[in-house]
Amino acid sequence: MASALINVPPRARRGEIIEIKTLISHTMETGFRRTQLGAVIPRDIIRRFVCTYNGTEVFSADLHPAIAANPFIVFSTVAIESGTLVFSWTGDNGFSVTESAKISVD
Amino acid sequence: MDGRTSRRDFLKTAGGVAAGLGLASVITVVPARATPAEMQEAIRKVVGGARVSPGKVKLDLPPLIENGNAVPLTVTVESPMTEAQHVRAVHVFTEKNPQPNVASFHLGPRAGRAKVATRIRLADSQNVVAICELSDGSFWSDSAGIVVTLAACLEDGI
Repeated sequence: MASALINVPPRARRGEIIEIKTLISHTMETGFRRTQLGAVIPRDIIRRFVCTYNGTEVFSADLHPAIAANPFIVFSTVAIESGTLVFSWTGDNGFSVTESAKISVD
Repeated sequence: MDGRTSRRDFLKTAGGVAAGLGLASVITVVPARATPAEMQEAIRKVVGGARVSPGKVKLDLPPLIENGNAVPLTVTVESPMTEAQHVRAVHVFTEKNPQPNVASFHLGPRAGRAKVATRIRLADSQNVVAICELSDGSFWSDSAGIVVTLAACLEDGI
């Protein structure tokens, strides 16, 4: 199954802006390519990415076939309180992966 | 003239045929991809009737990329990112990919900084447009031209 890499700083000061990097393995098949016999390879992409911080959505993205294989997304959020960041990717053919990362805020 | 074609006549005819072929091939080679007009249409769908002004957004793309399969892209918006004044969304469009839409990022005051980065595919050398939507409902845009040596999407599959 797909594996995801997430880079969240483990500790942060309250109010600090932290940068989050996410990478997930996925072919992101565009649906525009053909096999050598001329048959269209069906589309298989991740359509949506959501990040929640202690249950509140802080960032989300709608992805299209023009996103490169193994989608890499960098964004930032404010470290408000200690807790868990949950990342979820959903897409074609029932693709769904959820990962989480802990952060402690002083 | 003794019934045979002279060299001059032959060259005239051959030249005409060659020119005709050249013209025909120019007309028949139509790229199977989106056009700038389709990109404008896609932008209109997102923006509605609102006016899109240049400024506030900065789209960072390399001017030349070897491999169009993974082009690093960064969008930064000048915004204090407070509850009253923040960036709601950032949309990215391309002119000549098979589909004009690339991605839409939804941010809010919790983002702290209006900066997103990802990697995209580009099917040709073209202009890429980033549009941001602010919390006051205004839209701002930036565009960047990029030269792609090896195009994405067009290579054969397995």
